Amino acid sequence: MAENRSDKHQDGSHANSESNPNVDLDKRNFLIASSVVGAIGCAAVAVPFVKSMTPSERAKAAGAPVEVDISKIAPGTMMTVEWRGKPVWIINRTAEMTAELGKHDAQLTDPSCEVTSQQPSYCKNADRSIKPDLAVIVGICTHLGCSPSAKLQPKGDMGDTWSGGFFCPCHGSKFDLAGRVFKGSPAPINLVVPPHKYLTDNTLLIGVDTEEKA
Amino acid sequence: MTNKTVIKQNKSAGANLLENGLNWVDERFPLTSNIKAHLTEYYTPKNFNFWYYFGSLSLLVLVLQILTGIFLTMHYKPDAELAFGSVEYIMRDVPWGWLIRYMHSTGASMFFIVVYMHMFRGIIYGSYRTPRELIWLFGVGIFLCLMGEAFFGYLLPWGQMSYWGAQVIVNLFSAIPFIGPDVSEWLRGDYLVSDATLNRFFAFHVIALPFVLVGLVAAHIIALHEVGSNNPDGIEIKKLKDKETGIPLDGIPFHPYYTVKDIVGVVVFLMVFSTVIFFAPEMGGYFLEANNFVPANPLVTPAHIAPVWYFTPYYSILRAVPPFPGVGFLGIPPSLFPGVAAMGLSVMVFALLPWLDKSPVKSIRYLVGGVDYLYLQ
Repeated sequence: MAENRSDKHQDGSHANSESNPNVDLDKRNFLIASSVVGAIGCAAVAVPFVKSMTPSERAKAAGAPVEVDISKIAPGTMMTVEWRGKPVWIINRTAEMTAELGKHDAQLTDPSCEVTSQQPSYCKNADRSIKPDLAVIVGICTHLGCSPSAKLQPKGDMGDTWSGGFFCPCHGSKFDLAGRVFKGSPAPINLVVPPHKYLTDNTLLIGVDTEEKA
Repeated sequence: MTNKTVIKQNKSAGANLLENGLNWVDERFPLTSNIKAHLTEYYTPKNFNFWYYFGSLSLLVLVLQILTGIFLTMHYKPDAELAFGSVEYIMRDVPWGWLIRYMHSTGASMFFIVVYMHMFRGIIYGSYRTPRELIWLFGVGIFLCLMGEAFFGYLLPWGQMSYWGAQVIVNLFSAIPFIGPDVSEWLRGDYLVSDATLNRFFAFHVIALPFVLVGLVAAHIIALHEVGSNNPDGIEIKKLKDKETGIPLDGIPFHPYYTVKDIVGVVVFLMVFSTVIFFAPEMGGYFLEANNFVPANPLVTPAHIAPVWYFTPYYSILRAVPPFPGVGFLGIPPSLFPGVAAMGLSVMVFALLPWLDKSPVKSIRYLVGGVDYLYLQ
């Protein structure tokens, strides 16, 4: 082998192993094969380590639906409940507020809710809700996950053209009272409407879809 | 007479012992040769100015951060229920805990100040250019590690700013097309920033990244000592050597010349550092933000939120770049990837500097108009 190595150095190139009688091809193939097996083994060992960082069984289990009593929300106000660790807003919109929703379609990125991932099909309507006065929205900005601040009343510190909605303090995204994003915001799409259903007139269940009438 | 002889004999006996000891070590470990190669016979340009303090100061701050960090981990609890309380416990009940914690929190900001100055020095004097490209690339790696350390460390007090800062930055990864949401879930270890996230950020902050950081710093210095330092005039001292000794004619040994000079820098730095620690540890909300004295609440984002000062430029880029609107008929959803990509590239572009700069001169001193732009050089 030592002789063989010095040969390679002298002519400055790799000698063709097939034509070189000094190369033990069986040994070489064995070394290549065992190196490949070793490399695959090392890569396989990485799998449990990478997988250990994914959500644990305990984290997966903590996602039960939440039942909410909505009788105490005064018109023009909202409440926040926790569902899967996220804030969910329930906004009791007044008639003026719902009337305002149709007036600014031109300023919205997706006024008619074409991006289907952002709301269940039973909320793909003008006010993104089952009952027009009650909006149920996940209060997590679609930009980078902050929780926008409620600016429910028109005008005020949001300026004279503001018609009520939400403002994200992190990067300045603006949403209307149906959680639809205004153009010019860093957030690309509307806020998420979670699956929800009404158990009675005053009891809302968040996390379970309303059965659709066929 | 006799006294003198005795002293002389004693002295030489002591010196002999030392010499023998040193020989014993040198035969087994390259101690003397390393001291020579890196300190007493490491030749450096004689025209270093103010800007050359920041390399050694960065090393000092690294040591301080590691030391104070070790003592903080003796009392800190990486648990979502206990973390906020354990930091306040360090501040109020642990003897001198407040000092160690303020040294660590102020040290983080100071680290960025000295590193930004150090990078600026490299940029104005062309220290990234041939043959110092690898020094520069190791430096970019150090900078990335440092940003990671700052980010992971900032979650640990589990205050409102910790929580929402982590929420935003982990969500940056979800902007990567196709694999993004899975990557950010994997990083969090949960569907939202939670105890699992805090626990792993602690592991990254105190074990994983410090190891990488120290390794990169070693590579940075080894590469520097291989090619030698640049200087404000941008000349190579190794080009003109004494014919007999081989010592660069414009070089002086690092020790004692620059060790002594750097001590002056260290003293001034420690004066500034102590002033901040003792009189303005929060620095008006820039070093420690007011909202971080409120425990993390996943349901409410604070009304006024901004990253710590050293991330301000990246935050502005993120805010300024509009999202991709999506192509409805092709089924491509809207995406905030452009802003995230612009922010990422703004950090990575530093790595390209050695290949972007095609000027015939290195130092800003000899660039046309350079002095006008930069009085301080």
